[in-house]
Amino acid sequence: MKRFIPIFCLSILLMTGCQTIPKDALSLSPEYLAQRQMQTRKYETKDEAKILAACAGLLQDMGFNIDESETDLGLITASKMRSAENAGQIVAAVIIAALGGGAMPVDKEQKMRASVVTRTIGEEERYVAVRVTFQRIVWNTRGQVTKSESIIDPAVYQEFFDKLSKAIFLEGQEI
Amino acid sequence: MKTKLSLVFVVLFVFFVGCATTQQQLLDSEASQVQLRSIQTRAFDTTDKEKTLRTVMATLQDLGFVLDKADATLGTVSATKLKGYVLRMTVTVRPRGTTQLLVRANAQYNVQPVTDPEPYQQFFAALEKAMFLTAHQAD
Repeated sequence: MKRFIPIFCLSILLMTGCQTIPKDALSLSPEYLAQRQMQTRKYETKDEAKILAACAGLLQDMGFNIDESETDLGLITASKMRSAENAGQIVAAVIIAALGGGAMPVDKEQKMRASVVTRTIGEEERYVAVRVTFQRIVWNTRGQVTKSESIIDPAVYQEFFDKLSKAIFLEGQEI
Repeated sequence: MKTKLSLVFVVLFVFFVGCATTQQQLLDSEASQVQLRSIQTRAFDTTDKEKTLRTVMATLQDLGFVLDKADATLGTVSATKLKGYVLRMTVTVRPRGTTQLLVRANAQYNVQPVTDPEPYQQFFAALEKAMFLTAHQAD
């Protein structure tokens, strides 16, 4: 029986040591074209800087703080911290505590990140394409990361671009 | 007796593996500089640095990354992918001679450097497709 102890230790070592990068982490997923389409809109203008400025204004409208920007390459990155509490989880935690299961950690806060990339496209560069991507990290009440993911809900992008069209109009009118 | 010895051996082994010094961690001293560069670098037949950087950014977005920062002067782009793991990547673009650009990428998966050639091959395959150019091995 004792013989198994070293084998056991070794297998634990191997398991913890084998945390390697997933095979598909840096390859294009089958959905990448659909996602690109969902995250991109084009606007008929040659003024890339103006579109970028409208995006900065829009991110502020949505409560983001700008982290970095690079006009020469058409990039803005922004982030915000928000609560990640959700009623269902809290109710479940309360029930478990009431049943004597002790305190269960629940989601507490999240960091939401956005990056906007613009580039000119089309013949004679008549259009500016805007692509936005969102992601978030969620921490629980013990400070552990419970979620880290890209946000790929089409409704999010739909609303973002509806608002961007409005923002571009507003900036054009200098309101 | 034999069991005890092997147990001691395993414990010692764990210690050796687990105990990289701060200097080793900070400078990744075990990695071979030359080999790493050849895995992480490709040359492209273009001199348009800005367009290359913009293509790199678009490719990273296609791969599910969110851009962190970019610098046109220095020629660097950094981005992060979250998918239950944290994959951070920095790509640099610099001229090589008068006809080529060197693109170098390095990645970090959670708390480990990515030193396998395969993920980089996949990255450059995606970049090639977006650049409409062939990535040449740079050595």
